[in-house]
Amino acid sequence: MKNCLVVDDSSVIRKVARRILEDLSFEIAEAEDGMKALEACRKGMPEAILLDWNMPVMDGLEFLAQLRREPGGEKPKVVFCTTENDVAHIAKAMRAGADEYIMKPFDREIVEAKFAEVGLI
Amino acid sequence: MTPNEYDYLRGYLKQQSGLVLTAEKQYLIESRLLPVARKAGLASISALVAKMKEPGQSRICEAVVEAMTTNESFFFRDKTPFEHFVDTMLPKMLEARARERRLRIWCAAASTGQEPYSLAMCLKEAEAKLAGWRIEIIGTDLSNEVLDKARAGVYSQFEVQRGLPINHLLKYFTQNGDTWQISSTLRSMVQYRKLNLLENFSTLGQFDIVFCRNVLIYFDNPTKVDILGRISKMMPADGFLVLGAAETVVGLTDAFKPMTEKRGLYQLGGAAAAATPPRGLATGTLGTTAPTGAAGALRPAIAPRLSVVRP
Repeated sequence: MKNCLVVDDSSVIRKVARRILEDLSFEIAEAEDGMKALEACRKGMPEAILLDWNMPVMDGLEFLAQLRREPGGEKPKVVFCTTENDVAHIAKAMRAGADEYIMKPFDREIVEAKFAEVGLI
Repeated sequence: MTPNEYDYLRGYLKQQSGLVLTAEKQYLIESRLLPVARKAGLASISALVAKMKEPGQSRICEAVVEAMTTNESFFFRDKTPFEHFVDTMLPKMLEARARERRLRIWCAAASTGQEPYSLAMCLKEAEAKLAGWRIEIIGTDLSNEVLDKARAGVYSQFEVQRGLPINHLLKYFTQNGDTWQISSTLRSMVQYRKLNLLENFSTLGQFDIVFCRNVLIYFDNPTKVDILGRISKMMPADGFLVLGAAETVVGLTDAFKPMTEKRGLYQLGGAAAAATPPRGLATGTLGTTAPTGAAGALRPAIAPRLSVVRP
């Protein structure tokens, strides 16, 4: 079973993402901001990260930049999942090292398609 | 809706589009046709059926067929056929057509354009190998409404996230508010035509590759055999047919044979292959004559939308 860290400051989004990803046979851990996500990654790198952009303490982009500098931080497949839905934000995320990008609102099909796209399914 | 009205609709849809509805599909008729009835100012499906039976109601009859045969599609649907296209079909055709440098592809159930545009994107990614080639992609469908959408190439945020890699979205689409339009370069690579697979489509000419996915499942077996037989006559001996994951020719016809370890991919089989030379040797038309008949294909099967999560 692959593991996925769901990073979002909204408990509702985390809950829905957990439900979708557990259905897709992922083991889920949660973090409510980038800093907590980074701490979780330092304890053990997940195979996948579903990452919000706008969060308190540390946003998704900053988290991604720091993650990729960590030992083993290049390994997790990072899928952004955010309301930032313009070309400039998407391009910025991809340049920062994201593997895929989901524009909210999302559904199970989109999550499944994006995770399949990066070889997680 | 009475049993008689249901039988009338089933018979009408079978006759007009080949769509075969089993007895338990009443819910599908209700969910699809109630909006059509309301749009026409009618209170119920019973009233809609009564209207269809009146003389001079061809527009409402057409709307009924379109509503019943229009389904969602998405980019790079099922992925594997596009991997076969890039890894198997295209290399073989590049070699076999090296002299004439011409390739014709038919998407027989083009729907709102995602399949032909996915192929166009595959071709753009391989353009270094395709310099000097003339490649035609013809997309056909039964519905004018979906073809209009296909030609416009404008998709919602949901639609561009189903199967389309984000890098392709950045590379081939322009954002306009909440919608995304596929580039004019890709749009110019695809021609759309209205066509009914039940009618004669031989005037489309010969095709090296035919995508006919998730449409035969709606037809009864004699209709499937008929369509497959007519497609086989439009292909050279080395052409490729692509069917949907839930479809097969096995047990239906020997006009095509499945390719080993290439799920969903077929080539001409037995007598059909013997009777048809590779295209370079064919004497028949390679033309792009416009279809004479009205109508078109059905569309890919419904992809049910599940939970929608808003931030």
